[in-house]
Amino acid sequence: MAGLRGDAAIVGVAEFAPERKPSRLYMGLESYAELARQALDDAGIPLSEVDGLVTGSNLMEARNLIPSAITEYLGVPSNFFDIVDLGGATGAAQVVRAAMAIEAGMAETLVCIVHTLMPHSDPTVAPQERRRDWGGGNWGSPQAEFEIPFGAVQGTYGYAMIANRYRHEYGLTERQLAKIAVDQRTNALQNPKAVFANQPITIDDVLNSPMICDPLKLLEIVMPCFGGAAVVVTSKERARRAKNRPAYVIGAGEHTTHRSVTYERDFTHSPIKPAADRAFAMAGIKHSEVDLASLYDCYTITVLLTIEDAGFCGKGEGGRFVEAHDLTYRGDFPMNTHGGQLSFGQSGMAGGMSHVTEAYLQLTGRAGGRQLKKCDTVYINGNGGIMSEQVSLILRGE
Amino acid sequence: MSKYRKNPNPIPVPTPVTKPFWDATREHRLLLQRCGKGHVFYYPRTHCPECLSVEWEWFEASGRGRLYSYTVARRAQGPEFAEDVPYIIAAITLEEGPRMTSLLVEADPDNVAIDGAVEVAWDDVSPDISMPYFRPLG
Repeated sequence: MAGLRGDAAIVGVAEFAPERKPSRLYMGLESYAELARQALDDAGIPLSEVDGLVTGSNLMEARNLIPSAITEYLGVPSNFFDIVDLGGATGAAQVVRAAMAIEAGMAETLVCIVHTLMPHSDPTVAPQERRRDWGGGNWGSPQAEFEIPFGAVQGTYGYAMIANRYRHEYGLTERQLAKIAVDQRTNALQNPKAVFANQPITIDDVLNSPMICDPLKLLEIVMPCFGGAAVVVTSKERARRAKNRPAYVIGAGEHTTHRSVTYERDFTHSPIKPAADRAFAMAGIKHSEVDLASLYDCYTITVLLTIEDAGFCGKGEGGRFVEAHDLTYRGDFPMNTHGGQLSFGQSGMAGGMSHVTEAYLQLTGRAGGRQLKKCDTVYINGNGGIMSEQVSLILRGE
Repeated sequence: MSKYRKNPNPIPVPTPVTKPFWDATREHRLLLQRCGKGHVFYYPRTHCPECLSVEWEWFEASGRGRLYSYTVARRAQGPEFAEDVPYIIAAITLEEGPRMTSLLVEADPDNVAIDGAVEVAWDDVSPDISMPYFRPLG
């Protein structure tokens, strides 16, 4: 099939450890600059070689013309620039866009950067009530009129409704969902950057944690944090001379169908399937070749659906799959070895990029106590909104 | 004065496009739209989401449907809902086809039946707006 040829590679990454309260003075521009500096250091590539930037859609200093603001601040004359606004899928999608730009000959070395908006209050405007509506609360938006007034606010309710429908159709136990959180916590105990690096949990801890939206309990829900991440993507020619092992982008696929979960036609068959099918077909690999599954995990149910819809098991088999397999770095189906966002922390829109940075650390043998014995091929999925924007990515180390 | 919520906010603010829908709620009529090709849709809009047709008509729905899924919010998911915990957020499949987000009222949070029959339960939350909530049928 037509698609990416695998001529672009990740050669460096950087990530702020997620924090409950930000310890840095940085506003947006400073975060972008520091993440770029650290990622280029990791890649061993000087700033002067960068000729493209892919950023998130958030910058507290400017709502518009973000590309030129960041280009000017970083001092990077760019041949290609893109803003990605795909929620939790932003990080994976940034890498896809960088690879596309490289293969299309638009640029050679790009830095993809995504961060959390820092909570500095603007002293020049009166404090406003902070609406936690994921930007859907503007007058005239369908969310403002037909979702939010009916209680459909943020994401937890939507994932909970998906979990209830799934349980109704296929059966699902609380222990099966809890095991996902527990195995990921075991991984986080080997990751000093994880917010929960020092707090082991058991299945009973998950079951006994407070119910938030039935059937999802507190320990099945991500902890919002502050942070950011950056990834350097370059051409095959440049990657061959890079400091670290290159991770080639050999497959990618994207799909989205809805914003409000209500309009997802079938809650148990997510848009992940077309995205993953395309990525696997493009890469020309089998699922059995995947050494690490790096799956967006805002909630436990997200992981279960991703395992199924990405094709690692059949529809309706996810509950039994997670019970039957050890999902830790020691296990037979290593998944979210950094702890996943459930245990690593979710740095807002940057949270999804942690699945990419972890993939690269594993592919380059730098994952410390959680390092896999063999890691050459990684499947990544990014998920935005309420199972809305899906971006699958397959990396191969050479 | 809301019958089902201690704090009915946020109350929808209609646009020129959605005003006929909300006007009808005052008379406790639930309106849907049907395009020339017979596609039925909700929420109110100017273009049919299946064929982008702009030739469509309003019609009154039966107000009946089935509960496609739900969740019981044990913690408020938005500041305006703090006094109403626990409340049941629902996705309803209307008899006419479209899916709709609503609240399930007059229901026991610990005994909710997915795929169970539901009917509209109106709540006059302001002089201008009545909210189409749903309750279990029978």
